[in-house]
Amino acid sequence: MSYVRPKFRHPQLPKNKLGYTTREYEGSLSTLCAGCGHDSISTAIVQACFELSLEPHRVAKLSGIGCSSKTPAYFLGQSHGFNSVHGRMPSVATGAYLANRDLIYIGISGDGDTASIGMGQFVHAVRRNLNLVYIVMNNGCYGLTKGQDSATADVGSKSKAGSVNPFEAIDLAGMALELGATFVAQSFSGDKTQLVPLIKAALSHNGFALINVISPCVTFNNNPGSTKSYDFVREHMDATATMDFVPLQSVISAEYGEGTKTVVTMHDGSKLALNKLEAEWDPSDRVSAVRALYNARLEGEVLTGLLFVDSKSTELHDIMQTSKRPLNSLHQSELSPGNEKLQKINSVLR
Amino acid sequence: MDPTNTSDPEYFHKVVDCQYACPAHTPVPEYIRLIAAEKYTEAYIINWESNVFPGVLGRTCDRPCEPACRRTRVEDQPVAICRLKRVAADYRDERQLAEYIPTGPFAPNGKKIALIGGGPASLTVARDLAPLGYEIHLFDEQPAGGGMMRTQIPSFRLPISVLDEEIGYITNMGIHTHYNTFVSSLRSILDKDYDAVFVGTGAPRGKNLEIPGRVEGIKNIHIGIDWLQSVAFEHTHAIGRNVIVLGGGNTAMDCCRTSRRLGGENVRVVVRSPFTEMKASPWEKEDAMHEDIPIIDNHVPVEFVVENGVLKGMLFEKVRAEYDAKGRRTLVPTGEPHVFMEADDVLIAIGQENAFPWIERDLGLEFDKWDMPVLNSVTFQSTVPKLFFGGDAAFGPKNIITAVAHAHHAAISIDLFCQGESLMNRPNPLTNLVSQKMGIHEWSYDSVVTIDKRFIVPQADKKETLKNRKLEVELGFDEATAFREAQRCLNCDAQTVFTAKRCIECDACADVCPTACITFTTNGDETDLRSRLNAPSQNLTQDLMVSELLPTGRVMVKDEDMCLHCGLCAERCPTAAWDMQLFSYYTAKAGIVVHG
Ligand SMILES: Cc1cc2nc3c(=O)[nH]c(=O)nc-3n(C[C@H](O)[C@H](O)[C@H](O)COP(=O)(O)OP(=O)(O)OC[C@H]3O[C@@H](n4cnc5c(N)ncnc54)[C@H](O)[C@@H]3O)c2cc1C
Ligand SMILES: Cc1ncc(C[n+]2csc(CCOP(=O)(O)OP(=O)(O)O)c2C)c(N)n1
Ligand code: SF4
Ligand code: SF4
Ligand code: SF4
Ligand SMILES: [Mg+2]
Repeated sequence: MSYVRPKFRHPQLPKNKLGYTTREYEGSLSTLCAGCGHDSISTAIVQACFELSLEPHRVAKLSGIGCSSKTPAYFLGQSHGFNSVHGRMPSVATGAYLANRDLIYIGISGDGDTASIGMGQFVHAVRRNLNLVYIVMNNGCYGLTKGQDSATADVGSKSKAGSVNPFEAIDLAGMALELGATFVAQSFSGDKTQLVPLIKAALSHNGFALINVISPCVTFNNNPGSTKSYDFVREHMDATATMDFVPLQSVISAEYGEGTKTVVTMHDGSKLALNKLEAEWDPSDRVSAVRALYNARLEGEVLTGLLFVDSKSTELHDIMQTSKRPLNSLHQSELSPGNEKLQKINSVLR
Repeated sequence: MDPTNTSDPEYFHKVVDCQYACPAHTPVPEYIRLIAAEKYTEAYIINWESNVFPGVLGRTCDRPCEPACRRTRVEDQPVAICRLKRVAADYRDERQLAEYIPTGPFAPNGKKIALIGGGPASLTVARDLAPLGYEIHLFDEQPAGGGMMRTQIPSFRLPISVLDEEIGYITNMGIHTHYNTFVSSLRSILDKDYDAVFVGTGAPRGKNLEIPGRVEGIKNIHIGIDWLQSVAFEHTHAIGRNVIVLGGGNTAMDCCRTSRRLGGENVRVVVRSPFTEMKASPWEKEDAMHEDIPIIDNHVPVEFVVENGVLKGMLFEKVRAEYDAKGRRTLVPTGEPHVFMEADDVLIAIGQENAFPWIERDLGLEFDKWDMPVLNSVTFQSTVPKLFFGGDAAFGPKNIITAVAHAHHAAISIDLFCQGESLMNRPNPLTNLVSQKMGIHEWSYDSVVTIDKRFIVPQADKKETLKNRKLEVELGFDEATAFREAQRCLNCDAQTVFTAKRCIECDACADVCPTACITFTTNGDETDLRSRLNAPSQNLTQDLMVSELLPTGRVMVKDEDMCLHCGLCAERCPTAAWDMQLFSYYTAKAGIVVHG
């Protein structure tokens, strides 16, 4: 009987700026079904955080309920975590972020957790531009409760039991664009070359960053006729661009010079080098993103890659001009204005 | 790269590093698992089949398997493969063993074989051929069999009782032993009615050191291997207080440690080369130093200092090692004055040579320019068709396990020869591959990888062992420690078998692999692929397993180097494209004649 991950690692694993290997970013061994797309996304998060040399103790992971929401147990084992209630991750994240803006927040949700029970919370997190990386592990079903169709299941998609979904799907990326999201991307769990740089870009974004990742459920939604299966997604995947994440102080190498090169400079100075595949699309033009997404849908394709980014966005704390420092670092002198100030305030109210 | 042909058993054979490195290809992980299951007799018999002397080798083997052990790639120390072999021998059940070990009488096949020399090589040929009905005559000049295992290896490393038992298993098969019989003429044997003759006479001559004072000091200057033999046969009981042992090999280590037990108090080993380049195994050096014997390196002998016919000591020149661009070493004098070291006795242990004074040179037997018999390296046949060689007599001094391995090959050849078959018509190894899956997280081997460090074999009290040269120093593992040491084995014979057509490319295996062995990528040549794997791939001696093309146009590439055989890839694979399958590999034995 195993189910225990050996302690040994490859002795020549590369180290990042902090001297850490990917090992320092791992979590415990996954208990999801073997072959679940969610596990690949966890690995991509580990890789992205490792490559960005994030200090694990400066990251907070938040999630709702679902197989997807279980994954924070399987990555960044040394980071903060809060596994909240079904669909309620955005409000917990909002509270945490307002209390301590110094941490890096990664929210993990499922298509059920976001597009059904959590929809009301999701839309407000988007419109408030909460500084959070919001990853939806989208498998088109409620994996944890045995595979019922979710609100992102495409109309006409066939379930494992053979029933055909009669309802229109909610397009989370399209909706986020509509709500004014400042970073929107789509990807596929089976394509880490695309997913890892997207996660790095999202982590560098100052504001709400949605990555809607198609993530096949091997057990309940990987059958022929499903539009969220490994085979279907691979056959119907289309991309806006190939993208490389270029950290601050690195030079964009010549190989990105070919093709239609677009460079986006992020809030923190890092750059996104894009080789565009979609002709009339521009990552800083929201309308072009909406159009590209819509065209892809008409053609029955899944559009992946970066869809839209506003690298100058203003996030929640700055909009509200709230404390620049975490509440836990404020002292009594700052919290209690003193009698004189209090009298002044009171006099205004009289 | 082309897809790996895993149906060729040689591919998985190479993955079992220890077994592959063992000259006799002992199925190491198999016996280690049996030890963990307290099946000591079965573990013993697995060894006995392959290496004939488990009790002896469990104490003395040169253990080429250990530096090869996979464990050394993820931590400092290999599995104590050799000392676990001793565990099998120590805890075996003699009565149960009798069911496995053939004792004869065997139906005669009418063929007669002579074995010259009674060391491990000849004894192995005897063991392999006797059960097939051969009438076997073994000649040795010594009063008992075992060769250098008896005459050279000191009893504090290898008790005589252990040796006697294991030689007994062989001689009890109805071998005609002719001890105290020196064969002074090969012709006299070839002329008799033997169908085949095997020469296993070893490399019996110790090298001499011809420097000034050698003749004058002769009384107190001894050739190491002759001296050890004379101690073993109780002709020598004492040595002077001050002893110098010259040489840096295992013989030197046995000489110095024996000297400590025979009255030597100020015993020093002096070597020409730097300490790190000495030929002796690290553990032999450690044991010597533990017995208060300093090893003085970079000292070249210049002269034996003899006054009035009495040896006083030796003069040495100090040197340092220098290396040219090709890494070749020269010892350059430092220019310091010569160093004098006091000595009542000196033991010369600077190497061994072959010598065949008893072989006539007009027999049609060809010798090469080093005066060694010309042999076929696969069949061990000489230029006289019915004459075969093996052990130290074949290609110069090596060790017991090599002698045993040679002898297995020679026995196959002798059998084929006597049955009128072509010697090249050699039988294949017996191999098998069986799935170990019992449930989702359930394998029929212990797949959990322990992080225990190598356990140390306890030793007897030094005060006692230095008083009695026959008292064994190492005590062997107790059963509980043996179990934990056995658990350190990674079960490298539990092979990761990949079926490309089942793979849906979900990446689960690549994600879960603790040592990042698995990569899905586009194909390329080997150097290119190695540069694009998920983790550095620098050990070129280990193969890449490359799959057939997968639907996305990529291939699965597994670097065998760091695989822990933990089975997680197979556990996480939703389609059982990975499976853990137990690979067995038994080298062919004499008696399996392939007609073709
Ligand atoms: C001091 C010392 C320590 C060693 N320690 C180890 C160790 O720890 N582990 C290890 O693996 N190896 C060790 N070795 C090496 C090992 O002993 C030999 O490699 C091995 O014994 C060779 O086996 P063999 O059968 O070829 O010949 P041998 O063991 O040398 O046996 C040859 C036999 O043939 C006899 N013989 C020779 N000529 C004739 C003749 N003309 N007529 C009749 N009989 C004859 C000899 O008397 C001898 O008994 C050691 C060697 C020495 C010298
Ligand atoms: C308030 C509440 N309602 C319903 C449930 C039952 N439930 C658990 S998980 C889940 C759906 C999860 O789907 P999704 O978010 O897509 O996650 P997946 O398992 O597919 O990754 C539901 C409905 C619950 N746990 N809590
Ligand atoms: S770990 Fe076990 S099977 Fe693997 S090389 Fe070492 S002893 Fe042999
Ligand atoms: S058995 Fe599989 S998971 Fe384990 S180390 Fe080997 S390749 Fe990796
Ligand atoms: S886990 Fe199995 S199906 Fe998935 S990529 Fe690995 S071998 Fe292929
Ligand atoms: Mg879901």
